[in-house]
Amino acid sequence: MLATAIFLLVLFVITLTVAAYETYGERKVAAFLQDRIGPNRAGPFGIFQPLADGTKMFMKEDFVPATANKKLFFLGPAIAMTTALLTGVVIPWGGTVTLFGTTLNLQGADPEIGILYVFAMVSIGVYGIMLGGWASNNKFALLGAIRAASQMVSYELAMGLCIVALVMTTGTLSMSGIVDYQIAHGWNILAQPLGFLIFIVCAFAETNRAPFDMPECETELVGGYHTEFSSMKLGFYLFAEYVNMFISSAVMATLYFGGYHIPGIAGLGWDPTLVAFLGVAAMFAKTFFFVFFFMWVRWSIPRFRFDQLMNLGWKGLIPLAILNILLTGGWIAFKTGM
Amino acid sequence: MSTAMQPLTSRSKVVSDKKMTLLERIYLPAIIGGLFITIKHFFRIKRPTIQYPEVQRPRSAIWRGQHVLKRDDQGRERCTACGLCAVACPAEAITMVSAERKKGEEHLYREEKYASVYEINMLRCIFCGDCEEACPKEAIFLTDRIVQSDYLRTPFVFGKDELVEPMDKNQRIDVSKRQTPAVIKFKENRQYAHNR
Repeated sequence: MLATAIFLLVLFVITLTVAAYETYGERKVAAFLQDRIGPNRAGPFGIFQPLADGTKMFMKEDFVPATANKKLFFLGPAIAMTTALLTGVVIPWGGTVTLFGTTLNLQGADPEIGILYVFAMVSIGVYGIMLGGWASNNKFALLGAIRAASQMVSYELAMGLCIVALVMTTGTLSMSGIVDYQIAHGWNILAQPLGFLIFIVCAFAETNRAPFDMPECETELVGGYHTEFSSMKLGFYLFAEYVNMFISSAVMATLYFGGYHIPGIAGLGWDPTLVAFLGVAAMFAKTFFFVFFFMWVRWSIPRFRFDQLMNLGWKGLIPLAILNILLTGGWIAFKTGM
Repeated sequence: MSTAMQPLTSRSKVVSDKKMTLLERIYLPAIIGGLFITIKHFFRIKRPTIQYPEVQRPRSAIWRGQHVLKRDDQGRERCTACGLCAVACPAEAITMVSAERKKGEEHLYREEKYASVYEINMLRCIFCGDCEEACPKEAIFLTDRIVQSDYLRTPFVFGKDELVEPMDKNQRIDVSKRQTPAVIKFKENRQYAHNR
């Protein structure tokens, strides 16, 4: 019990630190992709930049518009941040380790419906954006919030259908169960390449990242749902986006790339504790690759138009996801010999 | 219009409105191509950034930067507070107060009249160099120094403490580059009103 509490605290700190350094990473990656150098003044190579950014955010005036709904205005960023942080609990960051005589499962909680829990949290996250946009009492904020809501609801469908196909192959909704299946039968990316492609596109839309960053499209909507937010409330929204990015990268690594599994490591006969820690390292390596991929795509591809986004979601991805389910079903039927 | 329209230019092209092929419509090949282009830049070692305060881009020898009020060979201020620079200034950045030289100040001021206050507002200044051209005493010059940035506005009003060059001969500001032979010749020409 105590061990789990400590693990959750560590996970919380790691998530926040990673999110802070994602902002630094994003600026560096953006700079490198554009032949620039990026932040390099705060500390060596600019590694204290997140601290400087955070301090700046705190020092700014915390402005609440006179016509805003005060309670909801506070609730918006709070919900966005809370739901973003809650999702990491069900992700298996590693196997089991035995430290100082206690056996610890490197997963905050392992409910039978782990993957549905992730979806539930993502869905509640929409409320954070919706409330923020609505409470601002600003047309751009409201339009941004409407876009965010419609976009996230649309893409959740295709994403859910991908998961249906995934669950059909693995036969479990539990996150650790899915990883165990992949350790036994090979990574899901081999069995579900189309599903993964749809899933990653939807993940971009769900985290409101470019090329689907319609809700905060500056050229059309000033700042979208966070137009009226300033100081740390704005910081929470931006921070929640980076936490979401980290978590969805972790979810992708878990669902399609074997989570903490390193192929062939079981045959080496190494110390189980060492293997478990290497597994954690592998999990983070996979996660950071996807985080990098998120940034890489953001600085390569222009933003979609809103109708193009909806067309892609409803006319492209959802039929494809259904096709994927049919193919998966056919494959399972073929494998089991009807 | 019964006849076919003549093209207005020989460079006009026929707009093609052909349907996209399936490969083009699924976007992915184009997106992957784009990703490869950007990742090539990611690993490019040579970057054109100049780390400004430490490294500076070479400036022209006749760069028009922060002004200097010159002293003569004996260390006396050349400026006589005639006000021609202030008149010539299109941005009205220069103000001055003139004063009479007292006995015993001959080593400080070259002529009987001098500027007790001489201020240039560096926020108004457009660095055109008209003051330099107007000056009959070769007292004011623009130099290749850059006016430092600041958080407030008031420090940008430069007084004599910042403008007049040091008395020490080794610390004098070199303006020979801005006094090209053509400029010196021009200044010698007495037919121009301000040189009389």
